[in-house]
Amino acid sequence: MSLLHLAILSPFLLALLVPIVYKYVRQIHTGWFVLFLPVLLFSYFFQFISETMGGHSVTKSISWIPSLGIDFTVKIDGLGLLFALLITGIGSLVVLYSIFYLAKDKEQLNTFYVYLLLFMGAMLGVVLSDNLIVLYTFWELTSFSSFLLIGYWYHKERSRYGAQKSMLITVLGGLSMLGGFVLLYLMTGTFRISEIINNAGDIFTSPLFIPAMLCILLGAFTKSAQFPFHIWLPDAMEAPTPVSAYLHSATMVKAGIYLVARLSPVFAPHSGLWLWLVAGVGLVTLLWGSFSAVKQTDLKGILAFSTVSQLGLIMSLLGVGAAALYYDHLDENIFIVATTAAVFHLINHATFKGSLFMVVGIVDHETGTRDIRKLGGLMHMMPITFTIAAIGTFSMAGLPPFNGFLSKEMFFTGMVRVLEMDIFNMQTWGFLFPMLAWIASIFTFIYSMILFFKTFTGKYKPAQLEKKPHEAPIGMLIPPVILASLVIIFGFFADSLLSDTLIAPAMASILPSLLNDSSKFFVEISYWHGFNIELMMTIGVIAVGTIAYLTFPKWKNIYKLFPEKRSINRLYDGSLELIQRSSNNFTNSYMNGFIRTYLVYIFIFFIGMLSITLSVKNALKITIDNAAPIGVYEAILAVIIAICAIAILFAKSRLTSIILLGSIGYTVALYFVLFRAPDLALTQLVIETVSVALFLLCFYHLPKINRKEERMGFRFTNALISVGVGVVITLIALSAHSNKLFDSISQYYIENTYEKAAGKNMVNVILVDFRGFDTMFEILVLGIAALGIFGMIKLRLTRRKDG
Amino acid sequence: MEILMAIVIGVLFMSATYLMLSKSLLRIIIGTGILSHGAHLLLLTMGGLKKGAAPLLGEQASSYTDPLPQALILTAIVISFGVTSFFLVLAYRSYQELGTDNMDRLRGNEKK
Repeated sequence: MSLLHLAILSPFLLALLVPIVYKYVRQIHTGWFVLFLPVLLFSYFFQFISETMGGHSVTKSISWIPSLGIDFTVKIDGLGLLFALLITGIGSLVVLYSIFYLAKDKEQLNTFYVYLLLFMGAMLGVVLSDNLIVLYTFWELTSFSSFLLIGYWYHKERSRYGAQKSMLITVLGGLSMLGGFVLLYLMTGTFRISEIINNAGDIFTSPLFIPAMLCILLGAFTKSAQFPFHIWLPDAMEAPTPVSAYLHSATMVKAGIYLVARLSPVFAPHSGLWLWLVAGVGLVTLLWGSFSAVKQTDLKGILAFSTVSQLGLIMSLLGVGAAALYYDHLDENIFIVATTAAVFHLINHATFKGSLFMVVGIVDHETGTRDIRKLGGLMHMMPITFTIAAIGTFSMAGLPPFNGFLSKEMFFTGMVRVLEMDIFNMQTWGFLFPMLAWIASIFTFIYSMILFFKTFTGKYKPAQLEKKPHEAPIGMLIPPVILASLVIIFGFFADSLLSDTLIAPAMASILPSLLNDSSKFFVEISYWHGFNIELMMTIGVIAVGTIAYLTFPKWKNIYKLFPEKRSINRLYDGSLELIQRSSNNFTNSYMNGFIRTYLVYIFIFFIGMLSITLSVKNALKITIDNAAPIGVYEAILAVIIAICAIAILFAKSRLTSIILLGSIGYTVALYFVLFRAPDLALTQLVIETVSVALFLLCFYHLPKINRKEERMGFRFTNALISVGVGVVITLIALSAHSNKLFDSISQYYIENTYEKAAGKNMVNVILVDFRGFDTMFEILVLGIAALGIFGMIKLRLTRRKDG
Repeated sequence: MEILMAIVIGVLFMSATYLMLSKSLLRIIIGTGILSHGAHLLLLTMGGLKKGAAPLLGEQASSYTDPLPQALILTAIVISFGVTSFFLVLAYRSYQELGTDNMDRLRGNEKK
């Protein structure tokens, strides 16, 4: 166990201690005891930057299930480190924020921090694992801890609904992803991601290649809330705001992004499908998310759809950037700019979205509502929050001088360069990419402005607010202030701070085949590119966006074209209900509680399986070669037994049928006599007598109301089934008899009964000597039956009063 | 002979199945009784019905009937008797407690 493993597992260990601390130290907020760990981890991971900057990676392994090739292998490279820093860095800020957000005497702090730490450890495991199965394990842990955190206020119905929805959707994707991993294993023979990437060139001809890709992409799309699986994210906003800020904007929803980036070298170089799917789904998500965000009235709703759309943006950039892998040299490879933009925007989004969620949490905390129709004019009451919100929203809208502007410009560059792509049919449909991206950016601009101006400017409406608003406590402001400062710092100094330290190493992990031993990605981020098409697009976004924002009430009605009735949410709810109802109906339709029905199923199945097997296997064969001749007595007995058996069916009274059953039993005894089986005949006679006596006992005790003796009603299906059973049995008996394969082993018994066992009655010697165990347990059966009968008659623990 | 026995056994199975599909509990138990008769005869028939002496060494015969199926049937008879008598007493007790032997009325009362 290396220090690196300990770093990943430390949140789990601390989660064990949290309840103890919560129980014994009540006067101090539990969050303070949690806070040190993410800070410590952040500084620990920070020191790896020098390692990854040099193009190296750190791998540590401990064996877990070596026989299955599953080892807990941890690998720190550029991409993993970037995510680890995001997780621990924003994790620290979120823990600090939550200390002031959650009151220590009103909330169950122990469960909150246990879940949060579970999530943090799981997320670190996802991004640092080099083994697919270990990655999957941590992946599901993030789903579970997210489920627990969304349902944190479990007394609220909406929380439970949101938690269930996110669970169903992400676990669906997770399981599909596991399937994809197993397919990858089948193709490459290893679970190690780095080995799979090295062998990627060999597998693209495999028939499992496309299914594996689709399965893994489904996992990534559901986790990262891509269209049409984005529906869980807005409902996950029922979680406490620190959770929304952490899980549902900065970290967990980027797990899918991570997966796509991590596996790009496996799938992207040989398949246009990967590019089209990742970039296409990303763009649709981008457009639909930004379009839907505009009509939301809840602040967290806007941010949720905004997250969806920004994730789509990053996803589409990863898709387009994967085209770079199609070429195998670095020079003049114009598509790597999309990957740069993806990594850069990933960082930027975590900073500004985290701060915006915290701002919304503050507004909610201080006014008691998140509805933008009730808010307004908070600028003067909450000046610091206002400033942070301005930085966050303007960065989100892509305005200079914030970091969002830079990544938005690069996003446009990446999309415009799609036009020059001459592979994968891009020359025909490529023009859609920059166009859709531009339209989506206009909507992004509109909702950013709505978020900012409707909350902080306009008319102050004190009557609609539950509390008198005032500035938040200082502790609650520190984390968003830090994030907002990062927005500005990255805006001004992105090139010097980020490009060599984080972005270039991360790109080296996404596009490894473009580098040889000594080369490095050269990332340049600058404000001024000259008068080019990207700048025109940004100016267009601002101009059109401003006009659209000002005239929003006039064109609001286009949202009526997409009524709630036909939304994907309705589809989800409806199909969930449909599945429940139809499976319920299905079960009720065949489980009707009548034993007769179940017997009918069993018999029909029996007839069907046996007759099909007989005919398919050509087993039906009837010969009379080894049959004994028919004697007169046997023939007479056969007629008697058949008459009795059929007469029972038509017996009018129960007494008649009991007597007929007795006569069948005695005829069977006579058969035993004829077929030279004296012991059987004796036993059969005695037992038949006792059985008939027992039947008569039951007959006598029939309750009076049911004494009405009526003939059994004739039912055609019953008759058909019973004739079928009889015929099948006869046919099988005949075929088995005609296909006798080898002689009996009975010659041994005949020879050795006297010599070895000192008896002359072969049947008895077999029963007590050769096969005595059968007899012992048969005695046991009789004993149990006797005790059971005794118990049934004597024990009356629950006598019914109404019966 | 075996063909005739196979037909007789088929008739027994048919009649047993028909009885087991009926409503009255007593008839169902009668059905199981006939079914076990059918099974015992089937065992005997499948062992072969070649004529020979009863499996007693004192007979000094040149060939004997196969003793093994007979031992198996004897075991089966005793076990089916144990089970049948248990069922009968169960039926008797359910008459006493529930007041009916109609299987259609012996359902769970979840809807009450």
